[in-house]
Amino acid sequence: MRHFAYQRAGDVAEATALHGSDRSADFIAGGTNLIDMVKLDIMRPERLVDVNRLPLTAIESLDDGRLRIGALVTNTDLAYDERIQADYPVLSEALLSGASTQLRNVATTAGNVMQRTRCPYFRNPSRPCNKREPGSGCGALDGINRNHAVLGVSDKCIAVHPSDMCVAMAALGATVTVEGPSGVREIPFEEYHLLPGDTPEREHALSDGELITHVTLDAPITGAKGHYLKLRDRASFEFALASCAAVVTMDGDTVREARIALGGVATKPWRSFEAEAALSGQPASEATFKQAAEAALAGAVAHRDTAFKIPLAKQAIVRALTTVTAQ
Amino acid sequence: MMDDSAHSPNRSSQTSDTLTVNLTLNGEPIALEVEPNVVLLDALRERLDLTGTKKGCDHGQCGACTVLINGHSANSCLTLAVMHEGSEITTVEGLARDGRLHPVQEAFLEHDAYQCGYCTAGQMMSTVSMFNDKRIGTDDASVKEALSGNICRCGAYKNILSAVQSARQKVGEA
Repeated sequence: MRHFAYQRAGDVAEATALHGSDRSADFIAGGTNLIDMVKLDIMRPERLVDVNRLPLTAIESLDDGRLRIGALVTNTDLAYDERIQADYPVLSEALLSGASTQLRNVATTAGNVMQRTRCPYFRNPSRPCNKREPGSGCGALDGINRNHAVLGVSDKCIAVHPSDMCVAMAALGATVTVEGPSGVREIPFEEYHLLPGDTPEREHALSDGELITHVTLDAPITGAKGHYLKLRDRASFEFALASCAAVVTMDGDTVREARIALGGVATKPWRSFEAEAALSGQPASEATFKQAAEAALAGAVAHRDTAFKIPLAKQAIVRALTTVTAQ
Repeated sequence: MMDDSAHSPNRSSQTSDTLTVNLTLNGEPIALEVEPNVVLLDALRERLDLTGTKKGCDHGQCGACTVLINGHSANSCLTLAVMHEGSEITTVEGLARDGRLHPVQEAFLEHDAYQCGYCTAGQMMSTVSMFNDKRIGTDDASVKEALSGNICRCGAYKNILSAVQSARQKVGEA
């Protein structure tokens, strides 16, 4: 692994001051994703600012009903938090479906938001990748792309966003609080991750030197049920081929409000407003769920090996809705 | 800014690249001199001669390098040694006490829960961590899920599962 300098910060102000707007510096928290990528030589920090001592490990209920999660809350502690399990079960399920126990014990909330794609072309410095090296081309477009995206793709990049946690957060609605050289600001979760478009190297809305300090979940929807369904090649410790986070409230047998987000098939955590519109006010039936699934995948684009993901994602939506409306 | 003495790593006087990290390893306080890019796994094996912890994939995918950090299982290949000022690290060498094997080690022996043995230290550390974490279910399905970050290339999973469930009873009885 390449050499880098290391500095340990004690609070947010010190962390952002140490980092400055230095593009050769990175913050390190759990490190499970960052160190992997430094070993692969696809991230090349000259300096790491360790933020593990920052006082960002609390989960706090706010007066307006929202839940504020500190950046350093581990995936394990978030998944098992009683408020998450009671009010946001879709998030707990998503977290526990991700990675392994060892990784969840160390991986942080903010680190998961910052998690980078598992695209094998991105992860191999000898291959072309517009995300890693803008203008070098995309090896996946005409290459081995079974694990790639069908939603939100561009002719520059079809890499999948790998997170399960973020899919649940997209469905629930959340705000990302960041702090940096120009102060504190809040970014709606929906706007945090960027579509690849012509600039796949730009993955998120952070400016240079900004640090995520919290992710705040919207207040839970009264009476809502939630479920995260993850389809994958093996039963555990595997990324999604397709996943669906569903949060639904009912009036009798009619869907009052639904939140649908998809993972494993899109270039960012994919909130499907189209599916939600197709569900709202409709009877909770298989026919309705199939219409929602069709709406969600209407804009899907298949490449050589990804055509199977379109029906798979539709089935994930139908099954997740069937499960959640039967609760 | 925080007090430098508490939060900034101390520069070693020997080389400008080396940092001193004070941590507790298998119950003993130690001071470790390492470069920032040394992962905990390499520090354990190459600097401290604790070779029970194995290097498999070196990317957090196989679990052979699993150790306990402050009581919780972690991949020692994906964490920097310098990040562990003040941490309590337990390796497989720290499981036995006073010459007696840990109940998990005894159970792995009794149930023949390995073939080549390369993943065994990691399997046992994940098991001890799982027993410490009461939020994880005790049924077979929960155990398989909780231990899915430990790959056994020989496929000794059946005996690993029986060893784990047997050890759970012994730890409970102890």
